[in-house]
Amino acid sequence: MNFLAIVGRVFLAFVQQVGRFAIFTGRSLGHMVRPPYFPRLIGRQMVEIGYYSLPVVGLTTIFSGMVLALQSHTGFARFSAEGAVATVVVISITRELGPVLAGLMVAGRIGAAMAAEIGTMRVTEQIDALTTLSTNPFKYLVAPRLIAGVTMLPLLVLVGDIIGVFGGYLIGTTKLGFNPAVYIERTVEFLEVIDVVSGLIKAAVFGFVIALMGCYHGYYSRGGAQGVGAATTNAVVSASILILILNYVITELFFAQ
Amino acid sequence: MAPHPDSAPSKISLRGVQKRFGANVVLDGIDLDVTPGESLVVIGGSGSGKSVLLKCILGLLRPDAGSIAIDGEETVGLTGRARDRITAHIGMLFQGAALFDSLPVWENVAFGLIQGRRAGRTEARARAMECLDQVGLLPRVADLYPAELSGGMQKRVGLARAIATRPDIVFFDEPTTGLDPIMADVINDLIVATTKTLGATALSITHDMASATKIGDRIAMLYRGRLIWVGPAKGVFDSDNAHVDQFVHGRADGPITQETEAK
Repeated sequence: MNFLAIVGRVFLAFVQQVGRFAIFTGRSLGHMVRPPYFPRLIGRQMVEIGYYSLPVVGLTTIFSGMVLALQSHTGFARFSAEGAVATVVVISITRELGPVLAGLMVAGRIGAAMAAEIGTMRVTEQIDALTTLSTNPFKYLVAPRLIAGVTMLPLLVLVGDIIGVFGGYLIGTTKLGFNPAVYIERTVEFLEVIDVVSGLIKAAVFGFVIALMGCYHGYYSRGGAQGVGAATTNAVVSASILILILNYVITELFFAQ
Repeated sequence: MAPHPDSAPSKISLRGVQKRFGANVVLDGIDLDVTPGESLVVIGGSGSGKSVLLKCILGLLRPDAGSIAIDGEETVGLTGRARDRITAHIGMLFQGAALFDSLPVWENVAFGLIQGRRAGRTEARARAMECLDQVGLLPRVADLYPAELSGGMQKRVGLARAIATRPDIVFFDEPTTGLDPIMADVINDLIVATTKTLGATALSITHDMASATKIGDRIAMLYRGRLIWVGPAKGVFDSDNAHVDQFVHGRADGPITQETEAK
């Protein structure tokens, strides 16, 4: 086959995908902000994303806080800066580790579940059935998940931040010999509002991305069980990559000098 | 082809409907009229374009060319509330029932009333129970989930959902596929009874000839994207059309060739 034809076909397919994704995102945003809403569905998704993700986010952040305290202590000991451990732990957790780790964990748990559920609905014609019952699938399936993602991930990250800092405190006071009162004082001394707020904004963006990727890949899944499996994988991989890219972009926006 | 002989105003009217996927032409200029209260069955082999035809009429797919009118109103390109206004008069029984797994049976049946027409849950549940009774299901089924039902029961629930909003038009997509012959006949009887009770226009697609002749007033045969024969259901076995004869008698030999890689 002509090489140029292959290149052209690949390029056109890429443009088509980008266009389809842009239209999906635009329609999703439109239905997310415009009433009517489905409070029962939003509530169900909030419980699914917020409440049921707490254990995995809690475990991830507490161990991250513990490791961070240990690593920064051994590292800083080389130039006698062990006193900065508490500050490093709290800033690292609130700015970066809390939102990114929670985002990645929720992407694996919730993004996959959303893609599998909506993908199964697609291949079993349940989405077509919604349309024939005068119910817009974007309004009924996508908007509640996006709203729940955007609102619940910041709350999860806030809880994760507290647990992560507590993990650092545990190691600092029980293993590294810090005085508990001094550790807490050092923790709050250099912490600024922007550190927490930037992390929460990141979380809201990540929540949107996770829900959007789960819904998008599920909505366009094709070909039965194999298609649903591929949609699930794609939802998790694309959400994870986007989280890492957007993490850099948001950090640049907030903290670049 | 195929305007209805008695030229009554059409409930559903298709003119020159075309649909292709890449190089594959699935519908190649379909003309069809269905009159109010009539039951038309479209037959054809697997992959002949029956489902695509139905999805085009329902607005789930957009035809590449042609016109689809329901009650005289052009529906191609309709979106949002204009589409909802048309859809509000339509019921649909899907091939696999397409019940919502996360909802109990009664909410599945009442879905169009609660979400589409903003009916109260108590009122919607009462109507759902009425429809379940109409399709021969006991009240205790109402609180079960679709995964707890047999295939035949799921079809019945799907039928109850299709008629719950008292639609003017009901579509049936392969209503007896996957059912044993007795259950298939039960579903056929229910389709005839419920559409008669509603006074609805019915458009079904199937390749089950027992079903087609039982539920259809007229039958149309789709082959290679075109309607090659339309006539009364009772005349389908004496159509004098070689393609139709081969299909309705289920013969391997004849003008219809299966597209297969096998030698």
